Amino acid sequence: MPGWSQLTLRNLAFIIAILVPVILGVAYLTFAERKLIGYMQMRVGPNRVGPRGWLQPIADVLKLLLKEIIVPTNANRFLFIIAPMLTLAPALVAWAVMPFTDTLVLANIDASLLFILALTSMGVYGVIIAGWASNSKYAFLGSLRSAAQIVSYEIAMGFALVGVLMAAQSLNLREIVLQQQGGLHQWYLWPLFPLFMVFFIAGVAETNRAPFDVAEGESEIVAGFHVEYSGMTFALFFLAEYANMILISALTATLFLGGWYPPFDVAPFTWIPGVAWLVIKICVVLFFFLWFRATFPRYRYDQIMRLGWKVFIPITLVWIVVIGAAMQTPIGFLFH
Amino acid sequence: MLANYLPILIFMAVALFLGAALMFLGGILGPHNPDTEKLSPYECGFEAFEDSRMKFDVRYYLVAILFIIFDLEIAFLFPWAIVLEEIGLFGFLAMMLFLGILIIGFLYEWKKGALEWE
Repeated sequence: MPGWSQLTLRNLAFIIAILVPVILGVAYLTFAERKLIGYMQMRVGPNRVGPRGWLQPIADVLKLLLKEIIVPTNANRFLFIIAPMLTLAPALVAWAVMPFTDTLVLANIDASLLFILALTSMGVYGVIIAGWASNSKYAFLGSLRSAAQIVSYEIAMGFALVGVLMAAQSLNLREIVLQQQGGLHQWYLWPLFPLFMVFFIAGVAETNRAPFDVAEGESEIVAGFHVEYSGMTFALFFLAEYANMILISALTATLFLGGWYPPFDVAPFTWIPGVAWLVIKICVVLFFFLWFRATFPRYRYDQIMRLGWKVFIPITLVWIVVIGAAMQTPIGFLFH
Repeated sequence: MLANYLPILIFMAVALFLGAALMFLGGILGPHNPDTEKLSPYECGFEAFEDSRMKFDVRYYLVAILFIIFDLEIAFLFPWAIVLEEIGLFGFLAMMLFLGILIIGFLYEWKKGALEWE
């Protein structure tokens, strides 16, 4: 097989071309978060390191690299070390099936949506293992809360995805975007609006972001499942959380906002390349993540569970029935 | 066909390697001066009172069990949703029957208070 090594090299180059922007995106997302929340609270945010604070993320990375890694005596050493890696890897690997343009996708597999669903479920293992291996009360309680919350919202998210599948009749992310060609009015945002809302809010809850961040509620259980982690081990959890935010935003853009397609299928908009449109859409969705954090007070835990089980699951079930019933009648074209 | 999955395998290796490499770097570059206090579990500045392997609420188990049921159902709905246009009215009604049974179960656990977190 002469082509194999060449193929592997090409894949590696592509993977690095995906990973570098994602990691840089994570670094500057933390900066954007601090700046934006700063401005929303009438402060300026970080502005000391480099011009206007633009080197702040670099300084943060260097600081975290030079901090001591503490492994508590009571901790299960192996699991304690492996947990951050188990959290980070799925958040990054999910990008393998993300379509950036019509032709630009690393692994164009038919089951890509199923693959994404499987990988986002893997993240909860890292949380549980970290909380258990730390052998600390706060970490343990935090991981229990976090895991129960993640699995609860995953159901709502899965049902929302079923609605997308019914509209697109395909599991392939690229096919799903292709179906949304032709401008703003073709996006799944409109026919699947309730599912879009459920998907995005469940995404915020899945990533343990405010206002669903009871798992790391500073005022109750200090930092939740990663309270015993320090230095680079902590940085990996941090990296995974922000990478997951970007991933959820990219998925929202792909499934509901027409992926790489411009909002209007006319001249000045079509000049901008597809990748740029995808990035713009991801940034807009990310802005909402940050805006939520600056605006909403934290939910109580019972409120979070009630929202997930008693509001989102019924909404998604009803909308699946509505789509299915409409597809049996002449108005079914509305959902394509 | 299966060759399409090769990049994913490589990606997984790269991602795990990245995590391991970053932690290894952190281990090399960071200082190492542990002491008993530093390595004890965090408990608000006190010495730990008791073992951290403690009892926890049974509702976490309940959520896990309910999750398995619903997640299986999502896995069941995925193939149905894709071919819905081909299987037509019969396929739709068959799934509605299944969903109806599931919703009865869901209402039962709702009424039983399995979803309460007061």
